[in-house]
Amino acid sequence: MRLTCPLCGPRDRREFYYYGADDYLHRPAPDAPPAAWDDYLHNRDNPAGMLRDLWYHEAGCGQWLAVSRNTVSHDITAVECVAPLRPARKKAVRNED
Amino acid sequence: MRIEGRGLVDRGQTLGFRFDGRDYVGHPGDTLASALLANGVRLIGRSFKYHRPRGVLTAGAEEPNALVEILEEGQHTPNVRATVQELYQGLAARSQNRFPSLGFDLLAVNDLAAPFLSVGFYYKTFMWPRHFWEGLYEPLIRRAAGLGTLSKRHDEADYEKAFAFCDLLVIGAGPAGLAAALEAGRAGADVILCDEDARMGGRLLSETLTLDDAPAVDWVMAALAELAALPNVRLMPRTTVTGAYDQGTFGALERVGLHLHLPARPHLPRECFWRIVARRAILAAGALERPIAFQNNDRPGIMLASAVRSYLNRYGVTPGRRVTVFANNDEARRTAHDLMAAGVPVAAIIDSRPHSSAVEDCPVYTGAAVIDSRGRRGLSQITVRHGGGISMIETDCLAVSGGWNPTLHLTSHMGGRPLWNEALAGFVPAPNAVPGLAPAGAAAGVMSTAGCLASGQRAAREVLEALGRKAPGLPLPAAEDAPYVIEPLWSVPGTGGRWARAWLDFANDVTVKDVGLAARENFASVEHMKRYTTQGMAPDQGKNSNVAALAVLADATGRTIAETGTTTFRPPYTPVSIAAIGAGGRGAGFAPQRLLTSHQASVERGAPMIEAGLWYRPSYFPRPGEATWRDACDREVRMVRGAVGVCDVSTLGKIDIQGADAARFLDLVYANTFSTLPVGRVRYGLMLREDGHVMDDGTTARLGEAHYLTTTTTAAAGQVMRHLDFVHQAFCADWDLRFISVTESWAQIAVAGPKARALLASVLDTMPDLPFMGCAGVGVQGVKGRLFRISFSGELGYEIAVPARYGEALFRDLLARAETMGGGAYGMEALNVLRIEKGLLTHAEIHGRVTAFDVGMERMLGAKDCIGKGPSRRPGLLGPDREQMVGLRPLDPEQALSSGAHLFVPGETVERVNDQGYTTSACWSPTLNSWLALGFLKDGRARHGQTLRLVDHLRGIDVLCEVCDPVFHDREGGKLRA
Repeated sequence: MRLTCPLCGPRDRREFYYYGADDYLHRPAPDAPPAAWDDYLHNRDNPAGMLRDLWYHEAGCGQWLAVSRNTVSHDITAVECVAPLRPARKKAVRNED
Repeated sequence: MRIEGRGLVDRGQTLGFRFDGRDYVGHPGDTLASALLANGVRLIGRSFKYHRPRGVLTAGAEEPNALVEILEEGQHTPNVRATVQELYQGLAARSQNRFPSLGFDLLAVNDLAAPFLSVGFYYKTFMWPRHFWEGLYEPLIRRAAGLGTLSKRHDEADYEKAFAFCDLLVIGAGPAGLAAALEAGRAGADVILCDEDARMGGRLLSETLTLDDAPAVDWVMAALAELAALPNVRLMPRTTVTGAYDQGTFGALERVGLHLHLPARPHLPRECFWRIVARRAILAAGALERPIAFQNNDRPGIMLASAVRSYLNRYGVTPGRRVTVFANNDEARRTAHDLMAAGVPVAAIIDSRPHSSAVEDCPVYTGAAVIDSRGRRGLSQITVRHGGGISMIETDCLAVSGGWNPTLHLTSHMGGRPLWNEALAGFVPAPNAVPGLAPAGAAAGVMSTAGCLASGQRAAREVLEALGRKAPGLPLPAAEDAPYVIEPLWSVPGTGGRWARAWLDFANDVTVKDVGLAARENFASVEHMKRYTTQGMAPDQGKNSNVAALAVLADATGRTIAETGTTTFRPPYTPVSIAAIGAGGRGAGFAPQRLLTSHQASVERGAPMIEAGLWYRPSYFPRPGEATWRDACDREVRMVRGAVGVCDVSTLGKIDIQGADAARFLDLVYANTFSTLPVGRVRYGLMLREDGHVMDDGTTARLGEAHYLTTTTTAAAGQVMRHLDFVHQAFCADWDLRFISVTESWAQIAVAGPKARALLASVLDTMPDLPFMGCAGVGVQGVKGRLFRISFSGELGYEIAVPARYGEALFRDLLARAETMGGGAYGMEALNVLRIEKGLLTHAEIHGRVTAFDVGMERMLGAKDCIGKGPSRRPGLLGPDREQMVGLRPLDPEQALSSGAHLFVPGETVERVNDQGYTTSACWSPTLNSWLALGFLKDGRARHGQTLRLVDHLRGIDVLCEVCDPVFHDREGGKLRA
């Protein structure tokens, strides 16, 4: 498996650390009820199809990436930086081919 | 037997080799199989289950029968296919699966009992009595089963792994692959051409075909010479592409040194496992000929028709003196033509097709079939049923062809299902089965030479177009373009009887009968049949038998082949040694080693180094007269408490954080507050995970208004960096903030004990007057360093940091000075005792399931928000039901405690329901002359003074303890502030 890091280009998956679904990006308010925290921390979909999950380019640039991929076909449709980049750099880089 | 004037082997040179203790001679260019056949050796192994005599069936990687052990100095490699093993001087091999010898094998008795050993025999027979399984049946079956033996020694040989990248990977160097590589290579694309054979050319090396009216081999040589001259083309012979993976990644195994008598250079690897990343790939892997099942079709001397041509045309060997051909297609007749042209008598051609041509220079039986064979250790006679009745034909070699199966395995590796093609009577690759991989030539079902050349070139042009390159449009040589004419024939009905068996899977001894029985017992799905009969599960993975077996299954279940479907091909295409996949990972290569700058200094003092994550740290520093590690550890603890100790703590993670929002960021990621920390001061911090449990702890120093230095524990340094990056990028990327790991930039050495200040004053240019938890920049003999007054021991303590290149010198200097003051170095064991005495945390305590409340630090969480704050207050994470951190002291101080022990109320039974908690750390404290433990106890903070029973069944410990505060030593902290 290979991911195209928006900063570094196409790289082997061994350079990346896998975290989980992108639900982790949507942190509840500090005073949110326990159910909201429960959803945030524990409840995940397990789709056969498109999924957006978080990878960390640990052996590379240190960027956290949101990867849109298909769990059935293994197609990777987009790899984006989690950090909102400055406008000039803000673009979703399609995985090659 | 060699045929003069034939073949591509170098007859000018001879290579001596041994097989089963006898000496033979072959030539460079031979495989072990061709050399054995040249020497008239037909019996090469015994079959898996019935121990039937077996010879060579094929001339390639799909060989199911001729599996041998290659013997080397102190080692041997089992299940080597003799058809792939190149001959070298001194090669020694032996046959497998026979006892006591190949010619006389005791377990051949299995063959006589065959009617009772049908498929499912094990499942049905060894059911009862039930307790016989473990003691009797299983050991017996294990001894009888299996192919080959292991040396049971470590494989000390060298292996390698490597990565490669290209525009186009061409898999297979036959006519299609060569045409593709030429077209793409001339266009300037980066091309890798892999072929599993030692010599590239594919079938062109084994046929008497012409290209542009010259021998095909001439064209192959010219093409290879041209490719070799192109700087953008890499030729990789002896390299089997074994698997297709996501995003254009392919696995490939190169046989680097397996064909050499002596390695060409020291440490030449035996094999290299490649990961090849290709923008596009062309599968030009050709096709594999398949046998026809008939009664006793497994005798040595019965071979594939294409293999007979390979041995004749490529190796100059005839596998028989009087050959017969049995086929259902036109192509196999080339075998008869080539043999006759070479002067080898052909006894007959038996063509199963009633309307095929009978015009040949030898007898032809059309609409006929071979129904039986004879010959105990090799073929001597076949029985043919034809229009005129039944005839016996004396023959020592039968060339069989049931047609060809495209080598489409790689197209199945990502879930693609092959499609049945009626005209070819075979499966062809599904379109776009692997993104970016295009089948060409015979692998795509194109069977003529001209068709293969054109197909390869066409595939390359499509790739070039996708890559935006101009195709040169090379002229292709003129070649045969005969249509492939075949009428399916899978199995021939035999003469009947209990012993009448026709083999499908030679390697696993699966017969037509077995597949029929599986169908009758309702293992009718192809996947069930495979698992019940083990068809396709041998080293050849069904390359010779899959299609025929499912054709037989389709027939038995009244379905078409297309309806029956195929089993799934998975990587690897051919066996890959674990040693190659794991190359470099043996011993110290298993994980990277991180060494302290003081490593050598510690080793010189005899310190045993122990692993801490990837780091190696000194365990203790033994001195003469100390019998055990405990002696050294106790001394080191007393030394720190009484004088001064020096310990390299550079393994702690160090993160340099700068920016106007650095303070705000630390307030977010730590439970406690750092924005209020004055410049020049240090504060302990507790970091929570998002779920409210403790992730890590450490100290953070404020070096400037917008400059912090955070330390993490050794174990969690990577995790914390990942976490900080996540919080920053996901939640506050717009803050004015940057941070970087500086763990390896700084060497940091702890100096602890009552004489710590005096020791440091002797090395520092100026000793600053730091309060407890203060920090300052210092000069260390002219080098800019940092001094922190922090303590992990409970004594007056400092940590001094210098750029890593000065670490070793500073360590040695401090150590030498300390020793003049009654101090010295201390290791991990003493460090641990010191911190247990002081009740300080390590990851033994913050093991992932404890909260700030559990460790008594919930008051650190102030009014501000922080990561983990909300979830840390969820129901169940607070209150008396929680196991809280406590100290434990045995009532009898000499009684040993252990970590991992469980706590019980005296008088209650020792069982799970009465469990009150557990210990996480334990040590002998030379300071307090008592065993001590830290642990977690239900409602523990309210239970100080209670007596509990500490039980460790594993170590046989059962001790009464008193619960106490976790800080055993200097609770008031007077020593820290001295």
